[in-house]
Amino acid sequence: FFQYCLSGHPTLPCNILKFKSTTIMLDCGLDMTSTLNFLPLPLVQSPRLSNLPSWSLKDGNAYLDKELKECSGHVFVDSVPEFCLPETELIDMSTVDVILISNYHCMMALPYITEHTGFTGTVYATEPTLQIGRLLMEELVNFIERVPKAQSASLWKNKDVQRLLPSPLKDAVEVSTWRRCYSMQEVNSALSKIQLVGYSQKIELFGAVQVTPLSSGYALGSSNWVIQSHYEKVSYVSGSSLLTTHPQPMDQASLKNSDVLLLTGLTQIPTANPDGMVGEFCSNLALTVRNGGNVLVPCYPSGVIYDLLECLYQYIDSAGLSNVPFYFISPVANSSLEFSQIFAEWLCHNKQTKVYLPEPPFPHAELIQTNKLKHYPSIHGDFSNDFRQPCVVFTGHPSLRFGDVVHFLELWGKSSLNTVIFTEPDFSYLDALAPYQPLAMKCIYCPIDTRLNFIQVSKLLKEVQPLHVVCPEQYTQPPPTQSHRMDLMIDCQPPAMSYRRAEVLALPFKRRYEKIEIMPELADSLVPMEIKPGISLATVSAVLHTKDNKHVLQPPPRSTQPTSGKKRKRVSDDIPDCKVLKPLLSGSIPVEQFVQTLEKHGFSDIKVEDTAKGHIVLLQEAETLIQIEEDSTHIICDNDEMLRVRLRDLVLKFLQKF
Amino acid sequence: MDPECSRLLPALCAVLADPRQPMTDDTCLEKLLDWFKTVTETESSLLLLQENPCLVELLSQALKFQDVSSRILSFSLRLAGIFAAQENCFQFLQQGELLLGLFGEAGPLGLPAWNVPSVRSGWIQGLCSLAKHPSAEQFLVDCGAVDTIFSLQEDSSLFVASAASQLLVQVLSLSIQGRATPQLGSSDGDWPSCAQSIVGYLEESLRSGATPQITQALKVLTTTFGRCHHSWTEALWMRLSPLVTCLLEKDTVPTAHSLADLFLSMARSPTFGSSDCDLWVTLAQTLSCLSPTQAGPLALGILKLHVCPQALKTQAFDVLLQPLACVLEAAAQVPGSSGLPDGTGSNPTMADALLASTSSCAALLCQSLAHLGELQALPHSPRPWPQVLLLEATMMTLRFCSGSAVPISSVGGRLCGILASCIRVQRAALDFLGMLSQGTGPQESVTQVFAILLEYLRSPESSPTVLKKAFQATLRWLLSMSKACGSNNPDPHTQPFLRELFPVMQKRLCNPCWEVRDSALEFLTHLTTHWGGQPDFREALLASDVPELTQQLLQDPEAYVRASAVTAMGQLASQGLHATPSGPEHPGAKQKSLPQELLHILSLDSEGFPRRAVMQVFTQWLQDGHPAMAEDLEQFMARVFQVVSRDLDWEVRVQGLELARVFLAQTLGPPDCPYAVALPAATPPTSPAEVLRTLGRVQLLEFAFRALFDCDRPVAQKSCDLLLLLRARTAPGGGLQGAECNPEAVTVEAALRAWQAGEQGQPLGELVPEVVVAILRALDLEGLQATLAESSDHVEQSPRSLLQDMLAAVGALGGHEADCY
Repeated sequence: FFQYCLSGHPTLPCNILKFKSTTIMLDCGLDMTSTLNFLPLPLVQSPRLSNLPSWSLKDGNAYLDKELKECSGHVFVDSVPEFCLPETELIDMSTVDVILISNYHCMMALPYITEHTGFTGTVYATEPTLQIGRLLMEELVNFIERVPKAQSASLWKNKDVQRLLPSPLKDAVEVSTWRRCYSMQEVNSALSKIQLVGYSQKIELFGAVQVTPLSSGYALGSSNWVIQSHYEKVSYVSGSSLLTTHPQPMDQASLKNSDVLLLTGLTQIPTANPDGMVGEFCSNLALTVRNGGNVLVPCYPSGVIYDLLECLYQYIDSAGLSNVPFYFISPVANSSLEFSQIFAEWLCHNKQTKVYLPEPPFPHAELIQTNKLKHYPSIHGDFSNDFRQPCVVFTGHPSLRFGDVVHFLELWGKSSLNTVIFTEPDFSYLDALAPYQPLAMKCIYCPIDTRLNFIQVSKLLKEVQPLHVVCPEQYTQPPPTQSHRMDLMIDCQPPAMSYRRAEVLALPFKRRYEKIEIMPELADSLVPMEIKPGISLATVSAVLHTKDNKHVLQPPPRSTQPTSGKKRKRVSDDIPDCKVLKPLLSGSIPVEQFVQTLEKHGFSDIKVEDTAKGHIVLLQEAETLIQIEEDSTHIICDNDEMLRVRLRDLVLKFLQKF
Repeated sequence: MDPECSRLLPALCAVLADPRQPMTDDTCLEKLLDWFKTVTETESSLLLLQENPCLVELLSQALKFQDVSSRILSFSLRLAGIFAAQENCFQFLQQGELLLGLFGEAGPLGLPAWNVPSVRSGWIQGLCSLAKHPSAEQFLVDCGAVDTIFSLQEDSSLFVASAASQLLVQVLSLSIQGRATPQLGSSDGDWPSCAQSIVGYLEESLRSGATPQITQALKVLTTTFGRCHHSWTEALWMRLSPLVTCLLEKDTVPTAHSLADLFLSMARSPTFGSSDCDLWVTLAQTLSCLSPTQAGPLALGILKLHVCPQALKTQAFDVLLQPLACVLEAAAQVPGSSGLPDGTGSNPTMADALLASTSSCAALLCQSLAHLGELQALPHSPRPWPQVLLLEATMMTLRFCSGSAVPISSVGGRLCGILASCIRVQRAALDFLGMLSQGTGPQESVTQVFAILLEYLRSPESSPTVLKKAFQATLRWLLSMSKACGSNNPDPHTQPFLRELFPVMQKRLCNPCWEVRDSALEFLTHLTTHWGGQPDFREALLASDVPELTQQLLQDPEAYVRASAVTAMGQLASQGLHATPSGPEHPGAKQKSLPQELLHILSLDSEGFPRRAVMQVFTQWLQDGHPAMAEDLEQFMARVFQVVSRDLDWEVRVQGLELARVFLAQTLGPPDCPYAVALPAATPPTSPAEVLRTLGRVQLLEFAFRALFDCDRPVAQKSCDLLLLLRARTAPGGGLQGAECNPEAVTVEAALRAWQAGEQGQPLGELVPEVVVAILRALDLEGLQATLAESSDHVEQSPRSLLQDMLAAVGALGGHEADCY
């Protein structure tokens, strides 16, 4: 039982589990924070960005000046943004049997894994995960492909060069493995390998392991996974939420009795409570719009945006915002809004019941109907005709490096009336804003992360009581900025095992049992003997048959000769390997009674000595010694076979045979 | 007894005794008992029974237990007790062996009915009423009731057990009273036999080691010492004290609460408080051996005592201060030179309680903060009061809760984790912080207080309830600051604080959670009331968007918020701080003036709260002579009275009449007071006829007359008072000539009569002054006032009505069945 840890990002995990005879990849998250080192891709030619000064090494060597630009004291790579892939050197990907996806944010590296590594297995995910994951990938590809950039920078990645660069470029890890974005063709090919599953569906892997997705409450179709054999159970918890938002609530009960619970995807902002943040979001939005400013909300096209729109639906009237237009701009905006309405079975109970009324489960349908919310694939086309200010714009990408958001930041950044409100917790907002500095626009940071916080984790662990917890190393110590907050870490007994990128962990399984089936006719022939109340034993002679990780005890093969009346005698002849079995013994010898029996049978001069492990009965006259221990009895006598047999029979009287 | 009641009694007793006619309504029986209790307080019970033999029959019927329902049995037991409270009546009932039958061993004790708790309770209450005289004591002993009372101490029903405990105290006190105390010693022979058996029972219970029994015995003692202040109680204590103090010697005291109650009850008794018994030593010992949570209430009780040694008070105060001392210590702030006791270092149990879990930590801190808050409000709060350290500790607690504390010690780290976002502690600490505003503190402490308040007001993590407490605490501190500095001398803290406050308020007024918007508005109203006139405040407020946002909240979807917005706007407008009608963000859009907007709410809002708030604002404005009202006052008032008279909410109508009263008083001018020192007003007093014409024009008269027959009593009462005032000033005997035979007056009177009969549709004729005077004279306003003053159910509350109702309920009043329909 091993775990190969391919990602160092606790919320974008990628782990491989060697469990029994299977190799299972758990999620393949793509760390996109690497893109923060690159210059934004502007949709419209930006004189500011194209005129940024080049950065060169202190020695005056100018060969990097095409690759690196300087902006407000930060250095950025001027090329197509690149992503940090999961570790691919640690294990041969062609040996991976299956990939289990827990939610659409944790599958963004899938094309890199399935397309170019020799992977031949199957990917399992729920339908909303597949569909919304496709939207996220489609948006990403679209954002990057529609701003073609010929230049690809690679000189700066040279190790000798990199260490001369300023932070954070200097500290970026594994830059040589960073890759450009995949193509739509690769996305389609990767997604075609996905097999759809439903919550609580049991999927057999090679007969050895059963995997089951469980609702995790975080996003549409998000799941935790239980991976179990007959005697071992691993629960994989990734991106779960106990809050009442739009998805089906989390299934906690099925996580009980796990030997190992692999815990990833906790909230990235443990000190911020989502309710308070939503309040902060709404009031800042209202105040900005009241003063004639515009609000920009960098976001993903699915997820928290549904909850935000629902919240705004209830809020805009009370805040007098009924006349303010809300724009949602994304190549997949339309599909995202419509998909959310059709996944009824994956929604929380409240929203499910609406479907039967019938009403759309999310109120954004009404916002669209009443023209309060409008959505566009991009800023080009219809949007430029309808655009009215002051307004609120939801658009991607939260990294602020590509997508329509780049345009709005350039457009609105100079006015202090406007506000950019960060709700997605994946990127540091200060780093995201770095290439836009100096910025007059107000910046509000209200990260809304509904995933489990540490209090909820400790309740969850108390509830499910796993024998061992395994988690990313970040969760085993307080966050570096708040080192005194001992409550912001996982506190459990025994202490959680932690892992980091490129580490291989041996999982602590104690049990060593296998389930073996007995064929009915063989079972019929057994004659169990009760040796203790409730415990019966029987000996069995059989052939162990193992195929597809299933073990079956079959009756021993019979003779091919025609059977005759002397069958019984022949049995032993037919199986030469099988010796005549001596009966097995069980029970313990009560020393006092044994001594009395010896005396009855004419032995005298008996001495009993206590030893550390039992007793020694000495027959001094016969110069014989009977050693009685818990699991063995020895009769030691000098060449007197008669005496030994007599004594043996006396010993056997006290034991049960079967 | 009322002869009519006497006449109805036999039928009622027959109904009660009849098992075929079950009485389903318990409240009737309760009312009946109450009535008998009142009757026997003034009349002789013996006479009552002799005059109404049906009552005795009813009681004897109860002896045939199998025929009687448990309800009636319980009732009879209690009734018998009420009668037997008078000794001669007791003798009378005894002669018939009635009491023995009801309360003795041959009574209901062995019957299935005894399993019903109400029967056991009735038995106890009957004896409680009865045990008032010496004959009763003997009776109790003879009929073996005392043993039953002992067994009922552990009754499964808490009500029964509690009543049994009270009864035991009463019996004990009955048996000892009147005997010479010096005889009561420690030997059994000194005590009257009945008392002896009770004391024996208590001793046995205290020795038993079983928590429920000990608790019950302690409760009996607590009640005894609380109720009886005779010297025999001291003798009783001398006898039992070794057993009680023994309880304190165990590792954990299971009956801590009961023990604390007992000692406090003793300390309050004049018998013990002044004597030189070792009660104070015991209390000190108890304080030190109880767990921190258990010791809290005891410490508070001690500090509230009027008579108590100073050393004990100091010890008790330390108990309450200790959790806060621990907080300070955990924050690695060395406790000051004096004031707070040592924290966790000296008291490991305190550390255990604080660091064990969030719930125990929160419970202890909340208790300590609440108790200290209670003490601070007392006139004799403990001295010296460690104001500065309490401020520090409370602020530190708040910082631990918000996660802004950076402790160095490991205890601090633990505490930080335990208290992080603990709403309960936040609320308690903010409450206490608010209370601490009563005392003074050094400048830097006050600066810190305002900083932490701002942190809480600003933090998106503050829950709505926490925020409300933060608003309250802020208000208290601002008030105390302005009090300390005087109105002419602006406080150095307030101005910078206000500058920071209004941006926060803006955000809060936009919060999606309506509770937050509501408490922000309430806070704004208070702020404006107190500081609306101060230039600093006005400047800070007007520099923000708060007035516009408040006006916008008049259209909030939540009724409570609209109501608070109305009140806040009213207050802002009173001070000339409201937003001007044409906001910069909606140029061109013609906006209503504020009075028009409020009138709109009054006419159309579907909820009562905003409409009530509007009426209050209008009344306030009229009283203050607000300029918004001065313009076109009559026309505006006419519109208001027209709308308010049709309002469905009676409280709005009452408010409308209050507005009418203020308007009337202003129209009439001040009454002619012969002793008034004021110079005669510049304007000559308005003539009564002119007044009446004005009132007619503003529709006040029609509104008042309509309200006079309002189906809601408070409205009619208020209108009646208003018209009486009007009559006194415009038609006092002479003056304006009435027109009794004026045909118009006849029409109006007819309309009023129709209104009284419930036909409000009929139009009132023209209300010319003469007609009004005629009507005011014709109406029996005093009579109406007297009728309205009586509560609407005064007829139904009489005992006769009760008896009739009970009889009617079972259909015993023949021929009246149809009444029900």
